[in-house]
Amino acid sequence: MSERRGPFAAAVAAARARGELVVQPRMGFGDPAAMRAGLTAVARARATTVGTITLDSYTRVGDQAAAARALADGSPLNGYPIVAHPVEVTRWVLGAAQEQGVPVQVRHGSARPEEIFAALLRTGVDATEGGPVSYCLPYSRVPLRDAVDSWAHCCEAYTRLRDVGVEPHLESFGGCLLGQLCPPSLLVAVSVLEGMFFRQHGLRSVSLSYAQQTCPEQDEEALAALRRLIDELLPELDSHVVLYTYMGVYPRTTEGALGLLGAAARLAVRGGAARLIVKTPAEAHRIPTIEENVAALEHAARVAATERRAVTSAPDTGIYAEARTLIEAVLELSDDIGTALRRAFERGHLDIPYCLHPDNAGRARGYITAQGRLAWARPGRMPVRVEHPVGGRPAEMTSDGLLAALSYVATRYDEATPPTLGPAEPVLELTPGRRHNRTSR
Amino acid sequence: MTAPAPARPSPDRPSPVRPETAGGGRTVLLGTVSSDAHTWNLVYLQLLLEEAGHRVINLGACVPEELFVAECHRHNPDLVVVSSVNGHGCTDGKRLAAVLRADPALTAVPIVIGGKLGVDGRLTEAQVAELFAAGYTAVFDDGADRDRFLEYLCRLELPVAGRAP
Repeated sequence: MSERRGPFAAAVAAARARGELVVQPRMGFGDPAAMRAGLTAVARARATTVGTITLDSYTRVGDQAAAARALADGSPLNGYPIVAHPVEVTRWVLGAAQEQGVPVQVRHGSARPEEIFAALLRTGVDATEGGPVSYCLPYSRVPLRDAVDSWAHCCEAYTRLRDVGVEPHLESFGGCLLGQLCPPSLLVAVSVLEGMFFRQHGLRSVSLSYAQQTCPEQDEEALAALRRLIDELLPELDSHVVLYTYMGVYPRTTEGALGLLGAAARLAVRGGAARLIVKTPAEAHRIPTIEENVAALEHAARVAATERRAVTSAPDTGIYAEARTLIEAVLELSDDIGTALRRAFERGHLDIPYCLHPDNAGRARGYITAQGRLAWARPGRMPVRVEHPVGGRPAEMTSDGLLAALSYVATRYDEATPPTLGPAEPVLELTPGRRHNRTSR
Repeated sequence: MTAPAPARPSPDRPSPVRPETAGGGRTVLLGTVSSDAHTWNLVYLQLLLEEAGHRVINLGACVPEELFVAECHRHNPDLVVVSSVNGHGCTDGKRLAAVLRADPALTAVPIVIGGKLGVDGRLTEAQVAELFAAGYTAVFDDGADRDRFLEYLCRLELPVAGRAP
């Protein structure tokens, strides 16, 4: 299998063989010197790391003119514009980490990533992420049909890295979707389906994702379900599981943020993930600095080193069965995974809660139970189980209820720790004038 | 145009405003800037505005300027709300306001912007001034709260003359 791994997948596999969790930041700067310095710092961190180049939002949406304009007039960018920068510049940026043997993944978020994949091929970057569903419905207004076609072409184009002897690696972002209020079965199902889509279009080395949610026990069960489905449905691929530290509203206090990151590191080890994407205490306030990223990587690595893989499996509440049912319902719609995915969303057999995209049915709703677990409040047309709370059905979501649910994890981790000095910063642009209960209804 | 709302929240915050008392009955066009993929802010604002009795057209993620203009023509909104949290809101928001204000039919409609508008936390006074100069009626920088937004909706003298109630 080793010939089937590029530098990125090989580094993860080697760490896994040594029993070490790979930790990775989300990091992107418009300025090449800052980006190179960031990668160098990540490579030198006291942790088993891989580097990240996160692209800016102009590049993500294909607005290369805006990215070039920002570079020309010095406007700040929220990531690295890999298409706008010349190839030699990007090679120089990558050079420092590569010299230290630390591979780099490009993270973007583009529903139509042709230009980004072309840039990856020009510069020889062997790892990236996304997917036809996970980068379209939650994060764009591109029609799903177009995203499916585009991702199919990009996957096929990416396999041309083999011409220069490098096996490309692609990670599905399907385990995140909108980051919050989506019950685990759908996250697991979309991740696996995108992995199958990647395989259909020529990829042989993939990672499937899952994002930390509201309840560690439920998350551990979800990771076990994901690993089992990979074994059953994608056995011939080189693959690993990647966990994302909580992708929703982040704790505002340093203690709360580190507590949540530590919980993610423990979950990654217990749940058999090979790689963890970290977040920093700056997350609730602004784009983190290089130093903050390094500190978060080292914290996660320290916590992970103290944890052991779970010996007993988490209680089975039905996540595996529900994810498997969702996957089978999609696969029935066509032999072509892209067509099947498109039809599934058209018919509402897949339906991402709270997703505003016109191609999403928008009938399903998730909620947080009194026990802190994610459950379905409304199934839409999906074959999933609705869990009624004691005393009736979940109330319709109000603005206050939504804010409380979105802040559930942040509030829990912030309140578990002493308050920090100074005024707390808001986490959404409009924060409520009063405190909410810790649980949603 | 109405007087601009203060760009910073007042420290002596009045008691919470209930959404249902905050005006109501207006048509609000809601969306984000062309580079911003975030939507939880939009989901939240839609609920908040609907609870206040407004009709909301939610344009979702990554709204091109031309689409904002076209939807303004289609729905003739009483208020346009731009919410952005990806750090490009100041740059993209200025461009959006310029495009909207350049349309002869959209010189008077109130346009407000809020969220995390810069990559470095709070905006500078100069950046806030630039947003007003670009055509915004109010700026709700990071730190603005729900009540101040609802109060703004209450006191906004929305140009409803000539419109069926």
